[in-house]
Amino acid sequence: MTESVRTPVDGPAARVRGRAPLRVGPVSTVLRLRPLVALLGGLGGLLLVFACDLALGDYPISPLGVLRTLFGGGDAGERLVVLQLRLPRALTGLLVGAALGLSGAITQAVVRNPLASPDLLGVTTGAGAAATLVIVTSGTLGGISGLVASLGLPLVALAGGIVTAVLVGLLAHRGGVDSFRLVLVGIGMNALTVNVTLWLLTIGETQDAGRAMVWLTGSLNARDWDNVVPVGLALLVLVPVTLLGSHALGALQFDDDTVRELGVPVNVARGALLLGAAVLASLATAAAGPIAFVALATPQIALRTAGTPRPPLVVSMVFGALLVVGADLVSRTLFGPLQLPVGIVTAALGAPYLIYLLVHRYREVQT
Amino acid sequence: MTASHIAHDPAARTAADTESLSGDGSAEGARNRLCARDLSLGYGERVVVDGLDLDVVDGTITGVIGPNGCGKSTLLRALGRLLRPKRGSVLLDGEPIHRMSTKEVARRLGLLPQSPVAPEGLCVADLVARGRHPHQSWYRQWSGEDESAVAEALALTGIGDLADRSVDELSGGQRQRAWLSMALAQGTDLLLLDEPTTYLDLSHQVDVLELIGRLHTESGRTVVMVLHDLNLAARYADRLVAMSEGEIAAQGPPGEVLTERLLHEVFDLRARVIPDPVTGTPMVVPAGGRQARGPEPENGALGTRGS
Repeated sequence: MTESVRTPVDGPAARVRGRAPLRVGPVSTVLRLRPLVALLGGLGGLLLVFACDLALGDYPISPLGVLRTLFGGGDAGERLVVLQLRLPRALTGLLVGAALGLSGAITQAVVRNPLASPDLLGVTTGAGAAATLVIVTSGTLGGISGLVASLGLPLVALAGGIVTAVLVGLLAHRGGVDSFRLVLVGIGMNALTVNVTLWLLTIGETQDAGRAMVWLTGSLNARDWDNVVPVGLALLVLVPVTLLGSHALGALQFDDDTVRELGVPVNVARGALLLGAAVLASLATAAAGPIAFVALATPQIALRTAGTPRPPLVVSMVFGALLVVGADLVSRTLFGPLQLPVGIVTAALGAPYLIYLLVHRYREVQT
Repeated sequence: MTASHIAHDPAARTAADTESLSGDGSAEGARNRLCARDLSLGYGERVVVDGLDLDVVDGTITGVIGPNGCGKSTLLRALGRLLRPKRGSVLLDGEPIHRMSTKEVARRLGLLPQSPVAPEGLCVADLVARGRHPHQSWYRQWSGEDESAVAEALALTGIGDLADRSVDELSGGQRQRAWLSMALAQGTDLLLLDEPTTYLDLSHQVDVLELIGRLHTESGRTVVMVLHDLNLAARYADRLVAMSEGEIAAQGPPGEVLTERLLHEVFDLRARVIPDPVTGTPMVVPAGGRQARGPEPENGALGTRGS
């Protein structure tokens, strides 16, 4: 029997209010003004902050000088500062921020809870615990350096994050994953991994523990091209793949029966998207340590700015990059010779936000 | 489709039923697009439906009735592939529905769950447009076909004016229309509705059922709906399926199914069945109650209660 899809009436297509079409060949989408403005604004801000991050510091270079150096000009000093010191650092910040923003947006959209983020579900702390294990035990294993440090540590962190995410998923699974149970299990796993990390720090040598602590606050200090390239390549593949798979997100906003009814295999789609988000967050953590609150806060800021019912993915990505690069700029320049780890700045911004979110949600429930 | 324009009057209904009765035989069972064969359903260890056979006659409105917990909604969920059978199968176009992909099913069959949940702040147009999901892909998210289907669905249910309103702000009746529009935008000939009138007052119940009746007469859609109100079910369904303890107790035109004996056996209800003064369909008037002994003045009955 033929598939009976009703072909709509011919003639001039009737317009649907609030859903202006944008169609090019076979590609079609809804043109939404406010998210577009938010995206362009975010990109503009990101460009500005990125340029400042390259120009400002102990050795200030004029914006024109930065541009010249980027395109092959500049003197030896400028080339060293911009290309070898500041660019890899700023790029790491941008990539890590984008990955965290996207990861948080996907997690919150799938779990349908603004409190769900890789930070709070244990993914970032799982990656942190695995990395701490390596740093602390490496003292006894003869130290890590060179390629092992730049590739080995990120790989271990990546594995730690993914293992934690899979564990959370398995523990929360009872013939399907309920989002409330997922958040509860995630918070429990978060507490567990944080305590494993603390335990590792206490049993480790003071010197190793110190190094681990710097890594654990989330820092972009001394990032060179060895740090950027692996993470950059991984994100280059992963971000488009995740964005392509995100079409199901729109349908995943409903109750399970409605999701299935719309033709989306609900458990498979949720699991795949959450795994993708966990890999993104682990990669970011591997590159710069667990930078706090970015994945939690940016999707909600993006949602409010863009006025969408669920966190917008691309806008969250841009906002995440903007937040991390901006926080890095602040931590490098505002405190004189003391270079704060970027994670402290994002935590200082993010913690009040988390409290606001909790209080606000609580009030909403009460009314 | 041959049976697509059955008028909504008793004469045509009888014709449709005579035709369908011959189709009920298992030999010709595959003729209808949706049917169940030896279907057993349950949750965990508990068996709710056991060895059920059903043919949903193409181009008719089938009303599924029965007391609470008899397995009506469970059956509907299985027909819509939301529940995997313990035994037996549901056949959609002759194929076991559980071997088809979720998306394939969504292109042929629409289902409206009993109390669907929309995300906060979603507007009506976006809700209805979501019904197009089975026809979309990552690069094709709002084609001209999608737009006309959504515009048509909004117009059919008469909520075009509410397109940019948030779903949370709608009244119960409007919200039900919005969800129906979403199922319609999906563009399937088969529609399964799980208690589409729950939480609605009587006038909105009639309103929604009139709409469903119109969809059926105008476009020949096949509708299966679970309903609690027997009189409304008798009015708006071409066929009734009465369920009792996971089995089909009776099925056929409302006039044959809704009998005093069936009401007693299935619903444990003593009632009289009289012709509906408006449509002539059977109308259930429960026996018993405070005023059953004789006609007392209404005021008097209420008055004695207070003293």
